[in-house]
Amino acid sequence: MKKLWITLTYLVFIILLIIPIIKIFTGAWEEGWDGFVEALSRKQSLHALMMTGIIVVVVTAINTVFGVMLALYLVRAGWIGKRMKQFMNSLVDLPFAVSPVIGGLMIVLLLGPSSIMGAFFEDIGFKVVYALPGMILATLFVTFPLMVREVMPVLQEIGSQQEEAASTLGAYSWYTFWHVTWPSIRWGVIYGVVLTVARSLGEFGAVLVVSGNIMNKTQTATTLVYQDVENFNVIAANSIALVLAAFSVGLLLLMEWAKKRKEVH
Amino acid sequence: MHIEVRGLKKQFGDFQAVNDVSFEIEKGHLIGLLGPSGGGKTSILRMLAGLESPSSGDIIFHGKRVNDLPPQERGIGFVFQNYALFKHMTVYDNVSFGLKVKGQSKEFIRERVMSLVELTGLKGFEHRYPHQLSGGQRQRVAFARALAPEPQLLLLDEPFAAIDAKIRTELRTWLKDMIERVGITSIFVTHDQEEAIEVADEIMIINKGRLEQKGSPWEIYKNPQTQFVASFIGESTIVENIERLKGFEEAANWPGTQALIRPEYIEIGKLSEFRLPSATFQGTVKHLHFRGSEWMVEVQVGDIKLITYRSLEKDVLQPGDEVTVLIHRAYLFNDSDTWIMENRLKVDPMPIHI
Repeated sequence: MKKLWITLTYLVFIILLIIPIIKIFTGAWEEGWDGFVEALSRKQSLHALMMTGIIVVVVTAINTVFGVMLALYLVRAGWIGKRMKQFMNSLVDLPFAVSPVIGGLMIVLLLGPSSIMGAFFEDIGFKVVYALPGMILATLFVTFPLMVREVMPVLQEIGSQQEEAASTLGAYSWYTFWHVTWPSIRWGVIYGVVLTVARSLGEFGAVLVVSGNIMNKTQTATTLVYQDVENFNVIAANSIALVLAAFSVGLLLLMEWAKKRKEVH
Repeated sequence: MHIEVRGLKKQFGDFQAVNDVSFEIEKGHLIGLLGPSGGGKTSILRMLAGLESPSSGDIIFHGKRVNDLPPQERGIGFVFQNYALFKHMTVYDNVSFGLKVKGQSKEFIRERVMSLVELTGLKGFEHRYPHQLSGGQRQRVAFARALAPEPQLLLLDEPFAAIDAKIRTELRTWLKDMIERVGITSIFVTHDQEEAIEVADEIMIINKGRLEQKGSPWEIYKNPQTQFVASFIGESTIVENIERLKGFEEAANWPGTQALIRPEYIEIGKLSEFRLPSATFQGTVKHLHFRGSEWMVEVQVGDIKLITYRSLEKDVLQPGDEVTVLIHRAYLFNDSDTWIMENRLKVDPMPIHI
């Protein structure tokens, strides 16, 4: 009986994880190294990878700063009422509960060219929807809970006494944050960064809705894979998927390492 | 630093943590805030430090109102209950933190930290991290860290609570000496009366957010002004109908009065051992408990149970033995008043009844 279960577990693992990876690998190599390079060096491939890169960098930077800040406020701020904190705390999880496509749709409805705000931005020459800012916004929406949820428990665990001790020793909040709080939360933040990078690399639904998936303009790596598949360009799709998968494996290793460090401290 | 507190109140929602507390503390004194857990001691301490802001009332340091000053500018040192050491910093970095914040020169910091490390007996441990130290050592680091920026007032929140009993007594004496040597005004919070009596110059008894009594340990022991203080300091038995005991018949004049009798006010023995046999009465030994350095004896007198101590040097009593009992004095209290009543027959062994 036990053996059967073990075999079954392995089988599920192989079907769900190993076979797709092998398939991506062989798919990308179907026409050898040249096919792979050619698929990647297409103009739209390079542009899509660049867009993904920009989104990852910008989203991770913004999410890290504001995620840590929100976590600090939700855990430490005495001036926010208890009810308000609970409300904000549950609001943070909203992107987890809402489908990314719907998140993207909300952005289109709020900031699209036909909305008041969208029209205003359009007038001053700042296009939000069907452009990079909208894609960044959509990815931010999807990744927002990741950092907050990583940092909050660490802050709760270390408590506020060390920070209070710093304040009685004459340190103000900025100094206290960098010298007392940061060393304790830094592995949590790094873990949050890795999660954010992974999520924004792979985000598809929200970005697809907001971007309009315009080749060489608003296409990201994931939406390009989607388009290549639609066009039966399997080798190209597999090649880009392989690049994304390679990144993910790298992140996974980084994540394991960060997790270990987080537990030590 | 001379400290004055007037009408201090603190409310947490519906809970009145501190209720109209006023006191003054002389420069250089060591004050113990004593009371049961949850009585508001720590709230008072945190308000003095500026970590909590009072709902109303004034806190005055050196004649200057400091209510609106943040903790950074109050010139205080604070030792937390669990020390709150910076756990990613070495002992040296912990102690130097307050000096670095102030932007002191490297040489100055080095000199000050090393002198404090020496003073607190932590020499050789400068490069250890808090988790590599024992409880007592951590407490000393917390103490050195609080003293480094030369505060004018040192606040200690249950400084010995997390240390095991044996080292605690040692550390108590050490802390008292250290504070005397530095000459800094200090306030410490404790729920342990023995600790307060041993360490403090003056004790403030706090109960349910109120200051019950302030005075030297001896004064508080001798003249408790409220029932709470009388029962909190020292050990005691409460007797409902004291007028039935010989020498306290007068208590019947105040109906509804209860008495509180400390073990050390009760003497037991053979009738021949007492100088004033007329003031004594008979009782029966009910239980005996060995307390390490003495016997604790429960004596039954009618339906009243009294508790007292007996030296190990005297004859060992057995449960059921008849003994002679003399009560020297008792605290009497009712809803409106508290006072001390001496055994009348002891003061005046042959009262003339007219």
